[in-house]
Amino acid sequence: MNSNSLVTIADLTKEQILHILKQAQFFEEHPNHRILEGKVVATLFFEPSTRTRLSFETAANRLGARVIGFSDAGTTSSSKGETLKDTIKMVSNYVDVIIMRHYLEGAARYATEVTDIPIINAGDGSNQHPSQTILDLYSIYKTQGTLENLTITMVGDLKYGRTVHSLLMAMRHFNPTFRFVACDELRMPREYIEFCRDNNISYTEHTDFSADVINSSDIIYMTRVQRERFTDILEYEKVKDLYNLCNSMLDDSRDNLRILHPLPRVNEISYDVDDNPKAYYFTQAKNGLYARQALICNALGIDILKHHTTNG
Amino acid sequence: MADKKELAVAALRNGTVIDHIPSNMLFKAVKLLDLENVASQLTIGNNLNSKRLGAKGIIKVADIFFTDSVINRLALIAPTAVINVIRDYEVVEKHPVILPDVITGLVKCDNPKCITNNEPMKTRFTVVDRSAGILRCDYCSHSVTTDRATIL
Ligand SMILES: [Zn+2]
Repeated sequence: MNSNSLVTIADLTKEQILHILKQAQFFEEHPNHRILEGKVVATLFFEPSTRTRLSFETAANRLGARVIGFSDAGTTSSSKGETLKDTIKMVSNYVDVIIMRHYLEGAARYATEVTDIPIINAGDGSNQHPSQTILDLYSIYKTQGTLENLTITMVGDLKYGRTVHSLLMAMRHFNPTFRFVACDELRMPREYIEFCRDNNISYTEHTDFSADVINSSDIIYMTRVQRERFTDILEYEKVKDLYNLCNSMLDDSRDNLRILHPLPRVNEISYDVDDNPKAYYFTQAKNGLYARQALICNALGIDILKHHTTNG
Repeated sequence: MADKKELAVAALRNGTVIDHIPSNMLFKAVKLLDLENVASQLTIGNNLNSKRLGAKGIIKVADIFFTDSVINRLALIAPTAVINVIRDYEVVEKHPVILPDVITGLVKCDNPKCITNNEPMKTRFTVVDRSAGILRCDYCSHSVTTDRATIL
């Protein structure tokens, strides 16, 4: 077990989150800072995710580290029946940090228990995806200048969307107001509603993606409503277009409003929003690079800000 | 006292009597304590009258003294169980079972996509709500209530 591992966003204190965001900011200003020269990073993708893998590997490369790994479980020993434990133990002999994505929930937690090498969870099934949350937080922080006292509207699939759940939990430190916009079938699960109550977080629930909701938001976090989430296809047909955003809906929105989306999108944000300066989802994805540079350093116990001041 | 009379029947010299097990949980309790393979004298009674439970089960096992960590696993399936430690025909200790904070290797996670159902490893649950009997998987975070938990 390495205490610098990151399995879930809940592992991080408010101070740690803010510190990681400051490091991300540093890397945005100095993207090619070869502080990991001589280090080897493993990216073990037991489940393919090109987007996340490229982001992590670019982050590692820009820090000067070497990268080994695989991007598809079909080509690895796990397809020959090797256990996760054995794979992690084997790779631990070679590298300084392991970034892993797995189709099973809890895989990253288990991996931390079988090795002393730090693990970064790059997604375990539908469970956790903390690097996405850090880049979401960084995007909010950058566009709003703060994380405190913001009104954040989450739209679409609030039942299965792990990104909204993690973001909700991470925001508990920052006195947010949430608006949850979803159809009945995909509304925010009870445990997260209770989490809001337990943490004195104010929230309102809506089935209407109304002008009132839009115009009182600082952040709108869109998610995709997927057909396979519905037990009743008729219900899906009924609601599938209710939570789409088009440009005209933003006419009276706040100047500081930004639209986030974890990507890929399908049609929940129409293309006419893309040119609106309030559309932030592409930059959000780019922020993922800096967020992941910060997370890799953090996992290796390297504080870039300290390092930088001592080295001038 | 009815308890005393029943204890006397088996006339256990040294060992453990586990009383007040709900009848429908008796054989689960036997399995959970791994008593199927003990060599010492073992008396199992079931469907005995009980004011508290209606029908109860009882286990008497000679010369075996359980550690707290083993015996407290019973709290999961038989929270009403009472442990009597017998030495030289006397009850020297009598206490209820207590649900531990963490339960390792005992409960199956009912999430088929949980790592614990796909690797040769022990499950681990944390008790998150003692009064409602809610356990949460340390790996995938799925919750289960003690009365619906599948015992491994
Ligand atoms: Zn589980």
